[in-house]
Amino acid sequence: MSAVTAEGRATLRRRHHRLRRNLREAAAIGLALVLVVWTLAPIYNMVFVALESHGDVFTSSIWPARPSLKSFWVVMSEGYWYLQYFWHQFGNSIYIGAATTFLTLLIGSLASFSIGRMRLKNGWIVSNAALMTYVIPASFLAIPFYSIMIKYGLANNLWSVIFAEVTFATPYAIFIFQQYAVSIPIELDEAARIDGASPLQIYFRIYLPLMAPALVAVGTYALLLAWNEYLYQFMLLSSVRSMTVPVALAQFLNSDEAPWNYMMATAILYAIPPVAIYYAFRGRMTAGLTMGGVKG
Amino acid sequence: MSGSILAARDPAALQRPRMLLRRGRLHRSDLAWSIAFVVPYAALVTAFLVYPIGYALWMGSDPALYAQLLSDPRYVRVAVNSVLMVGLAVTVQMSLALLLSGFFARPRRWIKALLLVYVLPWTLPAVPAYLSFHWMFVAYPQGLLDNLLTTLLGLEPVHWFRNGWTALACDTVASVWKWMPLWTLIFLGGRMAIPRDLYDAARVDGASPYRCFVHITLPLLASLYIVSALISTIWTFGDYAPVLFVSGGAPAFRSDVIATLGFHYALDFADPPLGVAAALSVLPLLVPVVLVLVRRLDAMDLQL
Repeated sequence: MSAVTAEGRATLRRRHHRLRRNLREAAAIGLALVLVVWTLAPIYNMVFVALESHGDVFTSSIWPARPSLKSFWVVMSEGYWYLQYFWHQFGNSIYIGAATTFLTLLIGSLASFSIGRMRLKNGWIVSNAALMTYVIPASFLAIPFYSIMIKYGLANNLWSVIFAEVTFATPYAIFIFQQYAVSIPIELDEAARIDGASPLQIYFRIYLPLMAPALVAVGTYALLLAWNEYLYQFMLLSSVRSMTVPVALAQFLNSDEAPWNYMMATAILYAIPPVAIYYAFRGRMTAGLTMGGVKG
Repeated sequence: MSGSILAARDPAALQRPRMLLRRGRLHRSDLAWSIAFVVPYAALVTAFLVYPIGYALWMGSDPALYAQLLSDPRYVRVAVNSVLMVGLAVTVQMSLALLLSGFFARPRRWIKALLLVYVLPWTLPAVPAYLSFHWMFVAYPQGLLDNLLTTLLGLEPVHWFRNGWTALACDTVASVWKWMPLWTLIFLGGRMAIPRDLYDAARVDGASPYRCFVHITLPLLASLYIVSALISTIWTFGDYAPVLFVSGGAPAFRSDVIATLGFHYALDFADPPLGVAAALSVLPLLVPVVLVLVRRLDAMDLQL
């Protein structure tokens, strides 16, 4: 009698347990659905508008009425007057991104090598200044920066944007490089010194190769920063031939007849490289990009 | 390596460079090299940071500018907007990110796959993403959102940008959408770095998941959370993009924030000093935050 009730109680408890687990699972799936809708709605909206064959996207449905890839073709063949220089502007974006990445890595690694490995006297001033720069919003300096670029004779020049972006990306680079360099034994440098290597040789032969993971992470960060940036590019680049894609995109907004399907097709083409690069280097970036990814 | 940044202080790692500093003296030729290596950065900072900052302070040094700002009703509204948007966006995205990081920390394959989708907004460039939001809200009555509201819920379409408050809410939603994944990743990294045995020991003692969260996760993530919240505050203050592209300040500057009003002053009203003054007027709020943050960042041993 009592054995039966004990058994019955055990079954009950098991059933209760299973019910709770199923409820938890259902809640997790519900949350996942909400997250997917929340995340993908604006992205779906981009694709949806880009697939419309007419510029006036006034269909009262949540599916494209007549989906076509025409607008992508129009953008890629520069077949609309706003998009006349699309590939040229895309090239400008790539040029700015590449130069920003290279200079950020070079200047950042040199400075961190000097402070961290060569123990430059008062090097902490440099790292603290870098930390300070890192947390200042770049947008607050855009107006004086613009006036100064005119004085330097760099207005409407891609290099003015590159300098701005390198200035705001390097602090993060120094920050991460210094953190990472702690894991590389200083004895390596000392051994190389005893063998007669110059600091320059140590930098190239020991420091840079061992820092490769940090270089990849920071390089990707600098590239994404340059790709994300709008304000400095908008203020400093005014002619259609020196413009970058985001500036050209925003120009659409000012026109009376805004062909939204072309605009969204352009937006998607511009968004593909950073997304692809992120997923390609994801493994190393969970590392590097964390703190810095926000700066814009 | 896989954990992102983590507030673990490793005394050995912190002390080593200092010890070496005392031990080794630089040769004279080495000193020249070490200075030469910092020169590019010093030149960059001087030409493109110190000079602009000095120039900004000089441009905004006239007290009359601030009187002019305060007498402009637009400025007052915009300052209120800024504080509201930063407060809301930071609170919402930080607390949700902290909770969601717990969800994503569960060791299930489909949750890892979901994380890949979830981080997408953060990898997208700002301008395309916010333009999509703009179209979703502005295309009355045929935007995606209005279509969803009318077809699924049978509600009336809404003129989102006809009222400053709803327009500002749209901007805030877009900003949260873009940045929440980043903070989730950061907290996820922080959670992964917490030793598992702490939770195992707590479970043996019969602690509920809630108590584990309150007594293990929260205290260990507190430092990371505070630093992240401060950084997010500063950056949301400086972030012009959601407002510039989603609502565009509609209607008539009612949903603008300080970061965008400065440009309207400088470009649309051709008064750059007033624009600079608008940006500088945030300093009393931002400088204390920056100082606290720099001290905290310096003390933390952030790791890759």
